Amino acid sequence: MADRVFMKGTEAIAEAATRAGCRFFAGYPITPQNEIPEYFARRMPEVGGTFVQGESEVASVNMLYGAASTGIRAMSSSSSCGISLYSEGVSYCASARIPMVYVNVQRGGPGIGAIQPAQQDYLQATKASGNGGFRMIVLAPSTVQECVDMTYEAFDLAFRDENPVLVLTDGVMGTMMEPVVLPPMKSDEELKELRDAYKHRAIIGHPLGQQAYCRPGSVGTGQEEVNKEAVKLYATWDKDVRVEEFMMEDAEIVFAAYGISARISRAVIKELRAQGIKAGMIRPITISPFPYETFKNLDFNRVKGILDVEMSIPAQMRWDLDYAIQGACPIKECLRSGGQLLTNDQVMKAAQELIKEVL
Amino acid sequence: MAEEKKVYSRTKGIIDGAVSGFCPGCMHSTIHKLIGEAAEDLGKLDKLVRVEGVGCCGLGQFYVTCDETIAAHGRACAVATGIKRSSPDSLIYTYQGDGDLAAIGLAETMSAANRGENFTVIFVNNGIYGMTGGQMAPTTLLGMKATTAPQGRKAEEHGYPMHMCEILNQLTAPYYLERVSCDTPQNVIKTRNAIKKAFQYQLEGKGFSMVEIVTSCPTNWGLSTLDSLDFLRDKMFTEYPLGVYRDKGAEK
Amino acid sequence: MERNIMMAGFGGQGVMTMGKLLAEATSEATDLAVTFFPSYGAAMRGGTANCFVVISDDEIGAPVSYSLEDLIVMNGPSLHAFIDNVKPGGNLFINSTIVTDPIERDDVTVVEAPVTQMAIDMGNERALNIIMLGVYVGFTEAVPEEVIIKGIEHKFEKKPKLIAPNVDAFKKGLEIGKAARK
Repeated sequence: MADRVFMKGTEAIAEAATRAGCRFFAGYPITPQNEIPEYFARRMPEVGGTFVQGESEVASVNMLYGAASTGIRAMSSSSSCGISLYSEGVSYCASARIPMVYVNVQRGGPGIGAIQPAQQDYLQATKASGNGGFRMIVLAPSTVQECVDMTYEAFDLAFRDENPVLVLTDGVMGTMMEPVVLPPMKSDEELKELRDAYKHRAIIGHPLGQQAYCRPGSVGTGQEEVNKEAVKLYATWDKDVRVEEFMMEDAEIVFAAYGISARISRAVIKELRAQGIKAGMIRPITISPFPYETFKNLDFNRVKGILDVEMSIPAQMRWDLDYAIQGACPIKECLRSGGQLLTNDQVMKAAQELIKEVL
Repeated sequence: MAEEKKVYSRTKGIIDGAVSGFCPGCMHSTIHKLIGEAAEDLGKLDKLVRVEGVGCCGLGQFYVTCDETIAAHGRACAVATGIKRSSPDSLIYTYQGDGDLAAIGLAETMSAANRGENFTVIFVNNGIYGMTGGQMAPTTLLGMKATTAPQGRKAEEHGYPMHMCEILNQLTAPYYLERVSCDTPQNVIKTRNAIKKAFQYQLEGKGFSMVEIVTSCPTNWGLSTLDSLDFLRDKMFTEYPLGVYRDKGAEK
Repeated sequence: MERNIMMAGFGGQGVMTMGKLLAEATSEATDLAVTFFPSYGAAMRGGTANCFVVISDDEIGAPVSYSLEDLIVMNGPSLHAFIDNVKPGGNLFINSTIVTDPIERDDVTVVEAPVTQMAIDMGNERALNIIMLGVYVGFTEAVPEEVIIKGIEHKFEKKPKLIAPNVDAFKKGLEIGKAARK
């Protein structure tokens, strides 16, 4: 196929961001996402953008805060324990309503964890990526193509909402290579237009009386208003919930999985179908906002059990599943962590155990 | 009637009629005036961007007319890096206290200086944390009492005061480093000139500059305004000698 | 039909290059789904190196499998570490120059090729991986051989002198692979 390019997840993310108009990247080395900053270091000079290797994750995310406050499309990436250090800057961006995009290529945790892939940051990503109870749209790709498409789109979402957007992926997808079709490169004219549209609030200097400011908080009582405005934004996200329902028409066994776990589940579901088992999958594509309704509205006369497949121990998405279905059917967990990859065989075994229990 | 000529007016860098929220005897308000004047002299008020540190510095947000943002505690130099790299035509300064710049933000300060980032740091050193209530700073003098060093700073327990101009002067990249004060009219003028020079260098793309302004904090020093000026001259200037530490522009 | 392939050896044997070449060439010249997943030890050099390639006419689930259609081992330790991951009826490709231990399974097809020695004999020591890729493709026909030849041409676009010797190396391997089919 002529349009296909064979790319590594991390590099595909970086190229997609460049094509989406990202012209500022700051980051700090951490495995397994180093190809993202390395790619930007090569790519940004070619398109008139800026790459800065920060002295730390803390510095990098604050550079991102500064850069994004000027209205430029700006991005950063890190992994798990590095992302913990992003909490400060991300929270500031959320408070000051700065549009920026960042990527977490997850590894094992907590602590330094393992350099190998995991999905150990679900709750951090969806519930508390920093202090202050803010929320973000969190996109969870499950193929390298989705890494590309979601990174490309993340900038539009960030600017639409004037809020940070997180792309949550993992070391498998970051490291693996797959064919992708890349989106078109946004032209300099398009980017200028986008930046001009933000100019009134860009922190770049203005004539007297047109001061722009970017404040991550308020002295006095103003903060409550900031919080109420944020809640108004979050309330608009029902339309942004994205979920894939795979073979769900008659499913009795429902896999719940996102990202890398979902693609593995998909293969297992096909095998189960071939064996005559009615299996299907609900895959949250936005893990925030989470597709609660899709789970809540399942026909529990038909659905006999849910298999929560995650590369995390303990289970984390489980909290959202419990909240959504309120005990309407049993949930079984199929988990690996610490860089131990889920394989088709392990997921198949867990599915068969669940089937034995509920069917 | 003799012709009247306006010889002085308040800088447009400060909101018309605004009264600063700083304590009496504090030099922050003077410094804000000087920054406004320096930018105005250069005709760059409309390009001026302020990146504010946390602490008393933050009160300036109610006072200045330029674009401004507040950085997380200590991160002003990182935020300014992001802004300047994305908007090179802006005239950018960070406004930071000693805790912000020399303790929590030391890595950001050193690294921005070492990269030779093309912006200006206004560093207000009064040897103590102000807004949080008189805690010990990296620049607190030996023997000086702080709420977190009630017996006074002890070398064996707390180490020694940090000298930021001298420390940054170890780096190759910084273009201009000067330590000034605002205790006398002469020193106020020197400070104004230093800020203007730093801004000028920035406009010429010369790179990193820092103007350290040694000031008093009567409130947290527990001294009257006048006594705090004596302390400033007797003690602070001894530990932190005023002067030019680096001026690559003058070397040529 | 899905093929799960693992390639394993020492760092420096070109294991990653072999996997990437197979996967990338397949991506470029066919409509098949394909993934490549590298797995390194913590050390930058001299450690173990292995990688996984999955080729399928349908969507691919896990890019890593321990239930393999094909295993390529370039050194002794890899044989012992991974032989149990080959499915019954699967294929085991062995660099017989340095892997001399007996194969303790009789439910897999073993294809031996002394690729280290062959590469030395060809005066192109580094080409052992390309020879082995030839053996693999010749035996399995996982992808048409032209796909890999195109891939080699593409890979050495900027060093055109290296194209011919590598295509030669690949063809040497192909012969062994094809012969082993009979």
